[in-house]
Amino acid sequence: MKYALSLLFWMMMSFSLMAVGVDEVRLLDLAQEARAQGLMKELRCLVCQNQSIVDSDAALAKDLRIIVRERITAGDNDEQVLSYMTSRYGDWVLLKPPFDGATIILWMSPLFLLLIGFFVIFKNQGNRQETPNSAPLSADEKKRLKNLLKDKGGK
Amino acid sequence: MKLYKFLPFVIFSVISLALYIGLKLNPSIIPSPLINEPIPEFSLPVVGGEEAGFNSDDLKAEDEVILVNFFASWCGPCYIEHPFLMKLKERGYKIYGVSYKDKARATNKFLSNLGNPYYKVAADEDGRMAINWGGYGVPETYVIKNGFIQYKHVGPIHEMEFEDKVMPIIESIDQ
Repeated sequence: MKYALSLLFWMMMSFSLMAVGVDEVRLLDLAQEARAQGLMKELRCLVCQNQSIVDSDAALAKDLRIIVRERITAGDNDEQVLSYMTSRYGDWVLLKPPFDGATIILWMSPLFLLLIGFFVIFKNQGNRQETPNSAPLSADEKKRLKNLLKDKGGK
Repeated sequence: MKLYKFLPFVIFSVISLALYIGLKLNPSIIPSPLINEPIPEFSLPVVGGEEAGFNSDDLKAEDEVILVNFFASWCGPCYIEHPFLMKLKERGYKIYGVSYKDKARATNKFLSNLGNPYYKVAADEDGRMAINWGGYGVPETYVIKNGFIQYKHVGPIHEMEFEDKVMPIIESIDQ
């Protein structure tokens, strides 16, 4: 039973992994189709923003998927397909923005914040005051402490 | 003074400011890389026919500022925009109309019912011209001068924006 359920689960998982836009026309060459789908996942849909053109149902996304397949059939490499899109829609169309002057803050900010975090921790540690009075207890204090503890225990 | 203690506050302020500015930007407007670039080549047939409508060379040959407007009869905002386009026609502006992914009959009905604001109309049936122009919806309006795209407006264009953004371009050619 458990085995059957787990099998069913993994079968369902594998179907969803294969799921890719509902296009009737796909490339016959499986390697080319895989490349096309990889590229489609990198391209942002202009209508349903923050979806890739694979995920989007919009008519424009469908047109762009057709174009990606056309370019690949025409012999374009991945870079050429992406530049076909960016020459029309700008870097905006790439889900992963390129690393350049305009996006350096975007890419470096996590590292920058991490460094600031380390800096603050380091500074605070250096400044932390030692326990002010670490001298051993005097006989009097020991007696008081003992009494206090006894009181507590007596309750 | 231990300035570093204010560092988290400073970072918080910077991020808040950036988010505040970001909040006011319109995410549906995607900046076009084609501004100040020559218009992409195209050649379109007339609506509902095989004959040539107009092509990129026609637009390049114009020595005045012209508008290229993508529209469709199935597009709601195009109806909102339409009266203003009629007004522009009355004022003597040359608007080239591109019927985007529309049936010829529907386009013709749209134009005969509401009036035709266009100097020429052509059909982009498969939407390829729009993609080559970086279009991602209708209506979209491009301002062309000397065969270069000067300005792009996404969504229905209105009087105020026309005065602010397009008029300076038109005036610049008169000098």
